Amino acid sequence: MTASLAEDSIIRFARGVRLQHDRVRERWIIQAPERAFIPDPVAAEVLKLVDGTRTLGQIVAELASRFAAPVDVIGRDVHVMITDLINRQVLVA
Amino acid sequence: MTDTLLSPMSLLAELTHRCPLQCPYCSNPLALEPRRNELTTAEWISVLDQAAEMGVLQVHFSGGEPMSRPDLPELVRHAVGLGLYTNLITSGVLLNEKTFPVLVEAGLDHVQLSFQDIDTANAEHVGGMKGAQARKLEAARLIAADGMPLTLNFVIYRENAARVPQMLDAAVEMGARRVEIAHTQYYGWGLANRDALMPTPAQLELTTQAVEAARVKYAGRLTIDYVTPDYYADRPKPCMGGWGRRFINISPSGRVLPCHAAETIPNVTFPDVRHDTLAWIWRESPLFTMFRGTDWMPQPCRSCDQREKDWGGCRCQALALAGDAAATDPVCSRAPDHDRIVKVLETLPAEPPPFRYRRYTRATDEVG
Ligand code: SF4
Ligand code: SF4
Repeated sequence: MTASLAEDSIIRFARGVRLQHDRVRERWIIQAPERAFIPDPVAAEVLKLVDGTRTLGQIVAELASRFAAPVDVIGRDVHVMITDLINRQVLVA
Repeated sequence: MTDTLLSPMSLLAELTHRCPLQCPYCSNPLALEPRRNELTTAEWISVLDQAAEMGVLQVHFSGGEPMSRPDLPELVRHAVGLGLYTNLITSGVLLNEKTFPVLVEAGLDHVQLSFQDIDTANAEHVGGMKGAQARKLEAARLIAADGMPLTLNFVIYRENAARVPQMLDAAVEMGARRVEIAHTQYYGWGLANRDALMPTPAQLELTTQAVEAARVKYAGRLTIDYVTPDYYADRPKPCMGGWGRRFINISPSGRVLPCHAAETIPNVTFPDVRHDTLAWIWRESPLFTMFRGTDWMPQPCRSCDQREKDWGGCRCQALALAGDAAATDPVCSRAPDHDRIVKVLETLPAEPPPFRYRRYTRATDEVG
């Protein structure tokens, strides 16, 4: 899958996939067809911003301001992570 | 207990044993539950509430054919309201343009649709229902058109093993995101039909090659879950991720089991949701504690470095093949009873015997 991911791509969860808080185990989980898996803490922060309206650029800007980090550094990491999650059928752009 | 008690992750809700099909590999027990013993809607709702409270994340509505129950949409809606991920495991023969939109509207997350074969004549011979294949193909079309994620399930056995490449191509054409190529597991009806179903080593090798080729060909488009027959392995599978560790199975009449075959275990009371809470059953019932962890293990498991990886294999298989549910799974090459597996494979008949179809034993019990 070669999704061309641009700054203004709106990022969404694939149908049938969602981020959910697991009250009992006190952690975030990704619910997906026939499996649930645990995002690492950084991925969880990114996924919490995926609401079907934000673009990739907006997600990066939001994280940069929240963690007081440079946009280009965060942008690279988030780009890699989101590409990976698209390939794993978790997100769509 | 050598390990801390985990919360269950997943609930298999076998709503009914009724099914329009009669697959000879069905994992249901030989003694099928008649409709009059089935849990009511209110009882299932209470089960779902308790399961969510305990930490279950995903509920798989299964059967028999779960769409035989008219309250399925109501149960799905309730589960969705609790934040549970809802999966429908269906043969698809009752999924049509009237029944499917109701499930979509209820919030169903995912469908796993099973096919007996990709060849229509053989599929209908094995399922025992004329016209089933066309209905299944229509079900797949409706699901894909809606956009709901779809997993196809193909159970593999002697007569269809050669067609795995066509099954995988068809899965992509039908718009499935995932496909399970699952060799028969020999419990329940599958065990009763083992001689008719068990593939040869050459057939197994071909299916493995077909899966590997398709993984390359369809990378990023199709996820393939491949389940090999235990009998050809050296090490058993960690059955259900270990007894009473992640998984709860509830039978149509409310019996609570660590796996769907556990009703074969002798000399133990089967806990049920009509008498006890799910939390107590999970934590303390004799059935759930008897093989949990590693304390129950005999040698060679007890001192084996794999004991917390495969948990000694499948208890029901140990019972069926070694006559003792507390024995090492005979699939394991280290098991004292491993020669029984070898013998089964060496004595497979050249011509497969006719199927013993999955049917209710008494003619008075309904099947539809
Ligand atoms: S395996 Fe076949 S007979 Fe058994 S429940 Fe599924 S469709 Fe029905
Ligand atoms: S001896 Fe027991 S624990 Fe070791 S590999 Fe075999 S089944 Fe697993």
